[in-house]
Amino acid sequence: MTTLVHGETTSPVQRLANALYLHPRLLLFLLLTPPLLWLGVIYLGSLFTLLAQSFFYIDDFSGMVVREFSFATWGQLFTLSNFDIILRTVLMAAVVTVAAALLAFPLAYYMVRHASVRMKALLYLGVMLPLWSSYLVRVYSWKLILAKEGVITWLAETLHLTWLLNGILAIPVIGGPSLSTSDIGTFLVFLYVWLPFMVLPIVAALERVPKSFLEASADLGAPPRDTFRRIILPLALPGVVAGSIFTFSLTLGDYIIPGIVGTSHPFLGQAVYAHQGTAGNIPLAAALTIVPVVIMGAYLVVSKRMGAFDAL
Amino acid sequence: MAQAPAPAVRFVDVSRHYGDVRAIDNLSLEIADGEFFSLLGPSGSGKTTCLRLIAGFEQPDVGHIAIHGKPVQGVPPYQRDVNTVFQDYALFPHMSVGENVEYGLMIRRVPVVERRRRAGEMLDLVKLGGLDHRKPAQLSGGQRQRVALARALVNRPRVLLLDEPLGALDLKLREQMQVELKALQRQVGITFVYVTHDQGEALAMSDRLAVFNQGRIEQLGPPGEIYDRPATRFVASFVGVSNVCDAALAQMLTGRAQAFTIRPEKIRLAEPLSMAPDSWRSIGGVVESVVYLGAATRFQVLLEEGGRLSALRQNTDDAAKTPVAGDRVRVSWQPKHEHPLQESA
Repeated sequence: MTTLVHGETTSPVQRLANALYLHPRLLLFLLLTPPLLWLGVIYLGSLFTLLAQSFFYIDDFSGMVVREFSFATWGQLFTLSNFDIILRTVLMAAVVTVAAALLAFPLAYYMVRHASVRMKALLYLGVMLPLWSSYLVRVYSWKLILAKEGVITWLAETLHLTWLLNGILAIPVIGGPSLSTSDIGTFLVFLYVWLPFMVLPIVAALERVPKSFLEASADLGAPPRDTFRRIILPLALPGVVAGSIFTFSLTLGDYIIPGIVGTSHPFLGQAVYAHQGTAGNIPLAAALTIVPVVIMGAYLVVSKRMGAFDAL
Repeated sequence: MAQAPAPAVRFVDVSRHYGDVRAIDNLSLEIADGEFFSLLGPSGSGKTTCLRLIAGFEQPDVGHIAIHGKPVQGVPPYQRDVNTVFQDYALFPHMSVGENVEYGLMIRRVPVVERRRRAGEMLDLVKLGGLDHRKPAQLSGGQRQRVALARALVNRPRVLLLDEPLGALDLKLREQMQVELKALQRQVGITFVYVTHDQGEALAMSDRLAVFNQGRIEQLGPPGEIYDRPATRFVASFVGVSNVCDAALAQMLTGRAQAFTIRPEKIRLAEPLSMAPDSWRSIGGVVESVVYLGAATRFQVLLEEGGRLSALRQNTDDAAKTPVAGDRVRVSWQPKHEHPLQESA
């Protein structure tokens, strides 16, 4: 018989709570099992199924999927047209990431170091507000803004900068008839849509740098630019890398934005969508999907090697 | 005619306020070159602000400050010949111990070989030789504190500022570090300006100290003077345990209505019927509480005519028995140990 303190009665719920308290590993197991099941079965499981599909191939005559192990589909990745798609997507992701980092860093720095409490709250709101509206609405809005009859053109005309706009559109490869049907336009929309995902991790990283570090650096003789280069930048780097993982992977996989704003040259996401849809070429779609996974894996390994996560 | 060397630090009528709060109120002081000077006071008394004004992290609103004779109005921290040991050490986590210590030298473009040598010497001096490859996160609190010290000292500043550097250490380590810091200061001959709220620490280490209260200095002088001849009620009660006898009690005890303080260790406790020497003050009372402190015992005595006194007695191997709560005793002291008191300004 257990003696009870203060004459409390142990209901079944109380007994369960006590048991879990006394057996923390059981509690951990119970808490982790649902998300691990989700991660393992639904997420990883489906990913591996997809990977498996990429080792099948399409029979040219019947157009049916042949479920035999082969590297034929992987070989198809290196055809000129497919490789071209992959390259274009990776380049776009890289450019978007760099531009987002360049834009986000000064903004994040201002928010953390110089903004008043009120200003900082307003900026947080401003950065996150777009995320509250529909993704499609924002992209279509940009299509209108960038269109030949849109606001940008009108602004250029009013400021007598049409020559500048035409010059930009005339740039080979990435230019086009109008901003909304050029790679430049695609780039601008990607940049706009993913910017919050770059700003917020950098803000988080910068906030973790205590003021005493900056004072210590100044105290030891470092003028502000040295303090920035040697203390702030290295400590903010994990934030930049975290943000870049977002922007890079999101751009690699996106199939909506290039379809609405951009040229007719497909991006990776659009190719995957097309192949698994009407074309019925699941193996190729699967193989194309693995490409971003491999790229991001390599990206993370390189980042770690370069010490991006050292300050964590 | 030879001039006295300029004081290491000089404050003239300095004030610093944050809105309505006066962190420092019309403060003037001089810290001599090569001195171990402590700024002592409770939290919010202005001592840390004072330190930050010397370092250059803040500028005074009124008055001016000079370091070694040179006014430092508008001079940023990275242009002052002053280094700081921070309360949280502020060691850079992404650099090794060696790189941390070399930081100041690296910024000033000292060649690699020389700065490595100087950093090595400094680490040896603080007894951390060979740990230069470790990261700060791998060190204990005491070790980190020494790295912070080495990092500041390697630049050979003329003034070293220490902001409660021993606060995070346990008692034994703290006492050990106090001795080491004092010895280090003697060895390198640099002016140390030391901020602490621990009066025992300040008394143990300083050549002179300033007691802060609400943005002002209540008393400035060598430790013995502060302890034995406190200028105000605040100093008497903040520095060490003290008995403050207000004017009414003093009138009863001494015949003069002048408030005074007397330190507990100067009060002798004896049997109720014992006789004290003629010149001594003597009064009966009842022991209210006894606190055992290891090396000594503190007695709180309720006097016959009202009022309380605290007496401290060393636990030597005396034949005399130790009073317990409720015992009647006779307390006595020499008048020369009474110190007249003026109220806080």
